[in-house]
Amino acid sequence: MSITVATLKKGQKGVIKDFTDNDLPIKLLELGCLPGNTVELVQRAPLNDPIYINVNGSHIAIRTDLAQKIELDLIEADHQQ
Amino acid sequence: MSKNINVALIGNPNTGKTSVFNQLTGLNQKVGNYPGITVEKKEGICKLPRGTKAHILDLPGTYSLNTTSADESVVAEILMDNTNKDYPDVAVVVCDVENLKRNLLLFTQIKDLQIPTILVINMSDRMSRKGITLDIPLMEEKLNTKVALVSTRKKEGIERLKELIHNYKELSDEPSIDCRIIEPTYFSHLEKLFPDYEAYKLWLLVTQDVNFSPLTKKDPSEFDNLKSKSKADLKRLQHKETVLRYQFINGTLKESYKIDFRNAKGPRADLDKILTHKIWGYVIFIAILMLIFQAIYEWSGYPMDLIDESFAAMAEWTSNNLPPGILTDLLAEGIIAGIGGVVIFIPQIAFLFLFMALLEESGYMSRVVFLMDRVMRPFGLTGKSVVPLMSGTACAIPAVMAARTIDSWKERLITILVVPFTTCSARLPVYLILIALVIPEGAVLGFSYQALTLMSLYLIGFAASVLSAMVLNKFLKIKGKSIFMVEMPVYRWPLFKNVLYTVVEKTKSFVLGAGKIILAISIVLWFLGSYGFTKEFYNAEEIVTNRIEEEGFTPFTKTFIAKNLNSEESGEGEAIDLNFDLKSTRQLIKDENEDLYNTAVEQEIASFQLENSFIGYAGKAIEPIVAPLGYDWKIGIGVITSFAAREVFVGTLATIYSVGSDEEETIKNRMAAEVRPSGKPVFNLATGISLMLFYAFAMQCMSTLAIVKRETNSWKWPAYQLISMSIIAYLMALVAYQTLK
Repeated sequence: MSITVATLKKGQKGVIKDFTDNDLPIKLLELGCLPGNTVELVQRAPLNDPIYINVNGSHIAIRTDLAQKIELDLIEADHQQ
Repeated sequence: MSKNINVALIGNPNTGKTSVFNQLTGLNQKVGNYPGITVEKKEGICKLPRGTKAHILDLPGTYSLNTTSADESVVAEILMDNTNKDYPDVAVVVCDVENLKRNLLLFTQIKDLQIPTILVINMSDRMSRKGITLDIPLMEEKLNTKVALVSTRKKEGIERLKELIHNYKELSDEPSIDCRIIEPTYFSHLEKLFPDYEAYKLWLLVTQDVNFSPLTKKDPSEFDNLKSKSKADLKRLQHKETVLRYQFINGTLKESYKIDFRNAKGPRADLDKILTHKIWGYVIFIAILMLIFQAIYEWSGYPMDLIDESFAAMAEWTSNNLPPGILTDLLAEGIIAGIGGVVIFIPQIAFLFLFMALLEESGYMSRVVFLMDRVMRPFGLTGKSVVPLMSGTACAIPAVMAARTIDSWKERLITILVVPFTTCSARLPVYLILIALVIPEGAVLGFSYQALTLMSLYLIGFAASVLSAMVLNKFLKIKGKSIFMVEMPVYRWPLFKNVLYTVVEKTKSFVLGAGKIILAISIVLWFLGSYGFTKEFYNAEEIVTNRIEEEGFTPFTKTFIAKNLNSEESGEGEAIDLNFDLKSTRQLIKDENEDLYNTAVEQEIASFQLENSFIGYAGKAIEPIVAPLGYDWKIGIGVITSFAAREVFVGTLATIYSVGSDEEETIKNRMAAEVRPSGKPVFNLATGISLMLFYAFAMQCMSTLAIVKRETNSWKWPAYQLISMSIIAYLMALVAYQTLK
């Protein structure tokens, strides 16, 4: 299974690689969710949904069905700032 | 007088745009709706240097001109139509210094519409704490406009902003990026078709279904050419456009915006750890909710009693001091009582919106939405429905208004439609008196039956609202996919001024919006209760006096008299025998205590009059309908009058049973004494439960209907609520009575 925003663990970061769906809401992209930008999982709500992420400095909450569509390259912990 | 400068205030949500608006206009603001839609329109006047004035329009917060909601399309529509009377001479884009990169996306779009655009960088007071340094002159050069660095918290930079607005003609209207590079061949094709339009405006027209009349008037076949690309292609191009804009922004900020992460600190991470915690998050949320209920139930009780008493006193003064007649009655019992019925809600509404504004301003509300979203989802609701549903237990009116924060229309509509099922505080007086009447004392497992009944009624209300939400979610066919995307803003201390303005504005919109309808229905109900078309009604005084002369008082009035005589002669201990000889005692009472005698007569007349008024006839007319529920015509009248508001039920029964006192104990005793022709008590368990269930489900509140009409901008939804809820209530009451009797 590929790594997506939905599979991140709390505190983990990744760089956006691609979207599995071209139909991603434009609003998400406008908030800075673009390939090449970094995503960090800040918190998961109980029952693991929705999730609270920091992408490119924007702090947003999205549901996991949407998060599954954002593919990532994981950043290893020792690279974190 | 020169023309006011038209200014449009634009910005992402959570950038402090409203604070900037408040500082520019002060209390010189007006809140209304855009014609035909429920999007709030805020405008105000701002005094500029050298005697000029600006008309400021505070447009709804939006992330971009690629619109996804009604709020957002208002922004796009106004900015694209230069014949619109709100079309700005100059746009002011408000950004948050911490999210400048993202906020600039909207700025570049506005600038591409070739409107002179001033950039406001707000919350400059946070720069040093966040380790941010800005090179404003460089930024102005790169963005080709003027920048105002503002702190609404410290009231800095507003004067410079006013100066910039005053000199707006000096601003460049060059676009920030050339959007034709998104797809050169396609754009040249578009421009050939519509040579008069700017490239970006054409692009916006193609990519969204904005209702833009000047263009649609052209030859339809040409317009079809615009849509020559598939939806998926256009979406791909929109993605490309967003990437291009970010490239431009990154280039602009590279040298002019520096952030030193070593200096960045803030309470966000620490607070989030607690406030969105899997357990503590809920504990804190429930604690805050309880505080809000406390305020709405208890604290607002004092001002509400005060309002109640003042209006009662005002009505009494009017009827005592003005010449008697229809006009005085109308004023005292119709208009003053009606206005009182509106004003009485103000404390609850003000309290609720005080808390809402505090939660919203501080950034906490987004965390609640985050915590509750998963829980609400199976019911077709969203995390944002939680606050309205919870507030509904106090009063449905502020709760319906609170649903405005939900951006998906379908979810908002469902929330509005199901809120009235939650047990509001107006149901309490009805429940309490019925429970005391029909539910036996005693306990099971330490819980009293009466308390358990009350709790069940709350649970029934809650279940009814979530279940009907589920049903509505299935059957409501409303277009528009809802995208759950909530920004989690930084935590901030709420600004007193913003909170105050919100409370004042929401209260005003309730009083002016729903208030008119409530007043109108109150007057109608007063008329129906105070007039009749029969001889009996107009000769009530004579008929009742004669009856008392011949037959004496009704048994209940006798009890009333005896009680009052006893309490006056307290200490003597000698109770008057209730089976006293009617005539002589009447004489005795009349001689000894004329006031008491007159009160007793007046009560009987009032009761007789109500019975013979239009409403009395209505009660008798609906008796066949309500009889299967176990109600007689007297309860029928109560059901009709309590359409105004549920709590009126108790008062109406008091009048109809000629109790002449609002004291609960007295009314209860009187209700307990009421018998059917068969000799059995009217208020037995079956009737009691049937009535409680009726009030649990029925839409017995015209104020809620009025506010739903206001919020949905149509009579369709309140009518739907009234009809469906009444049917459910009727069926529930029917089943309960027929099973229990």
